[in-house]
This record gives sequence, structure tokens and C-alpha cells, in this order.
Amino acid sequence: MNWEALITTLELAAVTSVILMVIALPLSYWFAFSEWRWKFLLEAVVALPLVLPPTVLGFYVLIALGPQSPLGRFGLAFTFNGLVLASVLYSLPFAVQPIAAAFGAVERKYIEASWMLGVSNFETFYRVIVPQSWSGVLTGFVLSFAHTLGEFGVVLMVGGNIPGVTRTLSIDIYDQVQGLNYTSAAVTSATLLIISFVILSIVYGLNRKVWFFAADRRHREAV
Amino acid sequence: MLLIADIEKRFDGRLRVEASIRIPYGPSTTILFGPSGAGKTTVLRCIAGLEKLSAGRIVFDGKDWVNVRPQKRPIGFLFQDYALFPHLRVSENIGYAAKHSAESVNRIASMLKVDDVLNQWPSELSGGQQQRVALARVLARKPRLLLLDEPLSALDAAMRDHVRSELAQLLRTLGIPAIVVTHDWVDALTLGDQMLVMSSGRVLQAGPPREVFTRPQHPEVAAAVGVETVVSGRIRRREGGTALLDVGSAQLVAADPGGDESDFYVCVRGEDVTLEKGRAEQSSARNHLRGTVLQIAIAGVLTKVTIDAGFELVALVTRQAAADLQLSKGAEIFSVFKASAVHLIPKAHG
Repeated sequence: MNWEALITTLELAAVTSVILMVIALPLSYWFAFSEWRWKFLLEAVVALPLVLPPTVLGFYVLIALGPQSPLGRFGLAFTFNGLVLASVLYSLPFAVQPIAAAFGAVERKYIEASWMLGVSNFETFYRVIVPQSWSGVLTGFVLSFAHTLGEFGVVLMVGGNIPGVTRTLSIDIYDQVQGLNYTSAAVTSATLLIISFVILSIVYGLNRKVWFFAADRRHREAV
Repeated sequence: MLLIADIEKRFDGRLRVEASIRIPYGPSTTILFGPSGAGKTTVLRCIAGLEKLSAGRIVFDGKDWVNVRPQKRPIGFLFQDYALFPHLRVSENIGYAAKHSAESVNRIASMLKVDDVLNQWPSELSGGQQQRVALARVLARKPRLLLLDEPLSALDAAMRDHVRSELAQLLRTLGIPAIVVTHDWVDALTLGDQMLVMSSGRVLQAGPPREVFTRPQHPEVAAAVGVETVVSGRIRRREGGTALLDVGSAQLVAADPGGDESDFYVCVRGEDVTLEKGRAEQSSARNHLRGTVLQIAIAGVLTKVTIDAGFELVALVTRQAAADLQLSKGAEIFSVFKASAVHLIPKAHG
């Protein structure tokens, strides 16, 4: 069991999902409420990682971080920070889509009621919209965490395979299989499987309560 | 004028609403009345700033409001289904507007008689309680103008009558000018000092509610208000769930409205009045009034017969029925209607 790779992986997933929340909350708000006619183009851009092969995304990020590019002077290629940048791009739709869907499902009347009580758009965002979107925000956070845990192609392209820096569990498994080290690969695979399952179970378990409230509220409103 | 609103609103380039409203300083309640789709709510939303005007102006207390954000308008907006925040308790809903002290929340809550439910969730309240909490939340902001969008439509029939008279009393107590949207003529007569009748996005008639109801100047208004007879009456005595009223020189039987008021507007819809040539021997209808025909007019597929039955009473009958009865001006006729067809609206609320 490669503990170093496990720590790198968890660290990458944690840093990535936290940064993603900072980006995804305002971006999702904009997606949910903007009436800009060309909004769909940006939606398509954000959703690209869902369909692009990770190697394609990884390739572009690598080029963007390379010495020829303006970003090159930050020296991000084959570093942990470069990996974080790539992971943020790669998992962006997994954060944005559930959050934007939850924001969009907040009934307009609650937002307007807040305005009519003299409360600003920003304050309405965190006092009305976010509290009523907990399940979506939670889902977005966890999906981006879990998705980052399992990424392979982007990590390989952008991070390389530097032990303790950019070697994540998925890369480690690949290495072990290449070296015919099946027992070790099996242990690491099982570890990744269990971690992913436990995280998702905790989140869906917590989320069930949120869903329960949501369904209950809908039920009461329907009555 | 506190509020001058000349509103033009287009949706997809089509003119949908064109209305002018004037609200004077001082307490008064203005009813925006009309069928659904008439544009009443759009007018409220434009005044609140929730919809942008396509053209026109909104001037509040001498200040142009066209570019003022909804948050900056001192308006209390009561939404049709109250829009209480489901994730906040009653006390947090009431205190939402500003950094209210617990004390001021309690004061407003006790004024609206919701101080015993402060720790509950909105979904645990009855419709009437939800309405009072929503009003408390709105009043906590100290608005200078109240906009109430169908304030009673979310309540069931039994609750409505009760909440309506409470609301009427509250509006009088508060002394804040209010605009109330409704499609219910009882709301209009109970709550309104002034009334604008809207249909298809336009204001058809304006005036005191009783005048609008009794003298509709437009066939659409008559159709919208739908009550042909509105007269004053006084209860002479009550017995066994019914009330005997003096109306003009006639006496009517109505269901006892309860309470201890004696002066009422007596409302009878033309469709509820049956005309008979002679007096039936036995009938479940409590009111049989002898009268003479004053006027006969065509009203769509019906004939509108105005009768002097001790007061002016309007009956709507089919043309065939009018022909069979050989109605003519000055002819004697009996008007028959049930006690339950007589709707009484306390004058003190009007």
C-alpha cells in the first residue's frame, strides 16, 4: 500500500473541491439566474470535461503551463499546484451542474420576497438561495471530491508521476500493474473503492435528510 | 399624491397592461379588481420594481422610482401564497428584514397574534397564521405602502370570512395606504375605499366599490363584478340562524352572519332571483317579494329585469322565461330567492 500516494490523492481532492466551491457557487448563481442570450455557450464550455477525453484536456493544460505560454513563468507543469489547476478544470461540471440545478429550483417568490424586505442580492444569495440548496451544494462538493480521487488521464498528462508530489493512487495502481505487481495493485484498488464508497454513502446518507425535508415541503405545499 | 403610477407593460412586444393609479397620502385601501389574467398582479409587480416598465412612470412621494431597485422602495409586498421562507422559523421570518431586536419581533408578533408560534416552522402553521406571519414580516420593515396580492385566495372558504374581517380591521388600525389585488367582490366591498376594475390589461372603471358594483359603466365591469343588487339593510331581529332585515320598505330573510353588527350591505346576484306570476303556496325559498317591473333589458343571452320590490332588485332570467311570464313595465311580479342567496357585508368594514 502506497501511503504517500494516498495522502497526495486525498490532499489533491480536498484542495480541488474547496477551490471548486469558491468558483462554483458564484458561477452556478450566474448560470441559474443570468438571462444573457449567449449563456449557453459558456454552459457548453463548462460541460466540456464531461465528454472530452482527459488526455485532451490534460494536453491543453500542459501546453498552457508550458514554457512558451504566459502561464509558463509560474512553473506549474509537473507540480502539485499545476495538478490542482487541471483538476479544478476537469471537475468543474461536477460541481457546477448540481449546484446550478439546485439554485434554479429555488422558487422565484422567495428571492423576490427577500428583495421586497430590503435585502440585497448578495445577502439574498447566502440567506435564502444557498440555505434552500443544501443538497445541491453538498452533492456538488462530494462529486468533485470523488471525481478528483479517481482521475487518471489528466494527472498523468499534467502532473507526471513524481512520488510524493504528483503520484496519485490511480497512477500508482497503473505503475504496479505495469510492474506485474498485482497483489499491491489489488490492495490499492480496494482501498480506493472503499474510500469512494464510504464518502458517497456518507453524503447520500446526509442528503437523504435534506431530500426528506424537500419532499415533505413539497407535499405540504401541494396540500 | 403619495404614489403616481402610469404603467405600460409589454411582454414580447405586445401591450399587455396599461394602467394609471393614484394613491393619496393618508390611510386608504385601493382595490385592484378583475378576473385572472386582467393584469392586476403585473401592476403590483411594476410598482414594487419586480417588473420593469416598458413605458410610463412611477413617482413615489415626489421621487422618480424608475431606476430605484426593489430593495430601496419602502413597500410591504404580501405575496399571494405568502412566500414565507421554509428554512427559517417564524421568528426568523418576521425578523428577516433588518437586524431587529427580539423585542421588536415580539411586539409585531403579538400585534398580529402570532407570538405563540414564533418557534415553529412556516409549514406547521394554518393558512390564517401564515398570512398573519407574512403580514408581520412585511410590517417589520415599516413600509409606507402595502401591496397585497390576493391576500385571501390561499385560504379555504371557512377561514376566508374570518381572516377577511381581521385584515379589514388591521388595515384600518395601521393607517398605511394599501393596494389590494383581488378577484373576489366580497373582498372588494369589505376592504376597499377605492376600487379600480381591470380587464384585459386596462382599467375600465374607478370609484368607491359600492358605486362601481351598483353602477357599472361598462358591460365588462358588470360581468367582472357580477353582483347586480347591492343595497343597504339593517337587521331587525335574529332567530334560529336566520336574520330578518329591513331593506328599503321590504323585509328580507338571510342567514345570520353572526357578530353584533346591524348595518349591512345586502348583496343579491341576479341569477339567484326567480320570478313568479303568483305566490307559490309552499317553497323552501324564504324570500317572496311582491313588486313591479321597472325595466327590462337584454343582457347577453339573458334578460335583466329590474324590479321595485321595496328596493331596487335585479333578476336575470332567460329570454324564454321572460317571454313566458309576459313581462312588461309596471306588471306585478313576485321575486323569489333563498335566504342563502342573500350575502351580507358588514358596513363597518366597507
